[in-house]
Amino acid sequence: MAKRQNVELMVGAFVALGLVALFFLAMKVSNLSLSAGGEGYVLTARFTNVGSLKVRAPVTMAGVRIGRVESLRFDKTTYMAVVTMRVDAGIDAIPEDTFANIFTSGLLGEQYIGLEPGGSTDYLQDGGEIAHTQSALVLEQMIGQFLFKKAGESG
Amino acid sequence: MLLDPIATLGRAVLASLTRLGRANLLLVDILRGTGEIFRHPRLLGEQIVNIGVLSLLIVGVSGLFVGMVLGLQGYYVLAQFGAEESLGVMVAASLVRELGPVVAALLVAGRAGSALTAEIGLMKATEQLSGLEMMAVDPVRRVLTPRFYGGVLAMPMLAAIFSAVGILGGYFVGVGLLGVDTGAFWSQMQAKIDFAEDVVNGVIKSLAFGVVVTWIALFQGYDSAPTSVGVSRSTTRSVVHAALVVLGLDFVLTALMFGD
Repeated sequence: MAKRQNVELMVGAFVALGLVALFFLAMKVSNLSLSAGGEGYVLTARFTNVGSLKVRAPVTMAGVRIGRVESLRFDKTTYMAVVTMRVDAGIDAIPEDTFANIFTSGLLGEQYIGLEPGGSTDYLQDGGEIAHTQSALVLEQMIGQFLFKKAGESG
Repeated sequence: MLLDPIATLGRAVLASLTRLGRANLLLVDILRGTGEIFRHPRLLGEQIVNIGVLSLLIVGVSGLFVGMVLGLQGYYVLAQFGAEESLGVMVAASLVRELGPVVAALLVAGRAGSALTAEIGLMKATEQLSGLEMMAVDPVRRVLTPRFYGGVLAMPMLAAIFSAVGILGGYFVGVGLLGVDTGAFWSQMQAKIDFAEDVVNGVIKSLAFGVVVTWIALFQGYDSAPTSVGVSRSTTRSVVHAALVVLGLDFVLTALMFGD
């Protein structure tokens, strides 16, 4: 009987240890704790160029993350990129004339969407579209323009 | 004769195909005995102790040191780009996605798989399996099925423990010794590691490795020649085949899971 209890004890301790490890991986290591909070609502925006923006990239306002990019799609009639983003439910007062920019964190960092609030008292609803957008700055284009300008000055 | 080499080749191919067929039949038999572990849960418990609990020490210590080495090496490389803050992401991603499931499977194949093969092989050589059959007890259900499920259930636990201990090891080296910022270590990790994409896929991987490693170990034991040489050969083959299949399967699973 003592041996049998011993087996049960060891299996129980082992399984508990495994579950603790899984729980640690889920809550402390992965982003489960972050994404679990609230479903939020959806906004869309059209950009002429999204650069290397990725699904799940942060959507920020004043530098604080308020949502994530949910999907990227190409609109074949307007030749623009349609970005769908999910904003946390608590952030429910984004003015209609908000400006959406695609920024890069650091020189080589990942790209994210930065929202700059406008002054309107009408707020964007679920499924609303942000009308004012500024495309991603593509580094090669900027360098090209810079060189072109320099060449023009010296010549 | 002229055709002898071709016949030899054909014989070799046929022999390995028959062995594969026997292995599959054995797996079907093992799975058909699943009800046995509900009737005798104690048998399963003993095997989880055998395969899981007794592998804890080697898995935990290996995880700790693998994590510490990852922290050390990762820091030196990342520091060249001024990206030490990403150390947490690097350590966690490589452990959760790859090293946890793979190294835990290799360790279990060496520590528990070889023991399973030798045990079953000796049972066969000393005619204990035939003895069971004489008593109208199905040796596959009674002996193999609990060992199979013990291995399959223990593997994800061991892989998760390996990853968790490894991340703590990387944390001690990175934050404790080399001075990476604690907040950046954890927050970058949480921002970049996805639960469904990384953690769940790691668990699925280790489940697949658990099936493969215990299946190979049990089959090699069950199929071994009933002599001391046969058992020793089977034990070697068990570890070698399990290691090769785990590494090959890992490539396939990685390509399927993370290759979008």
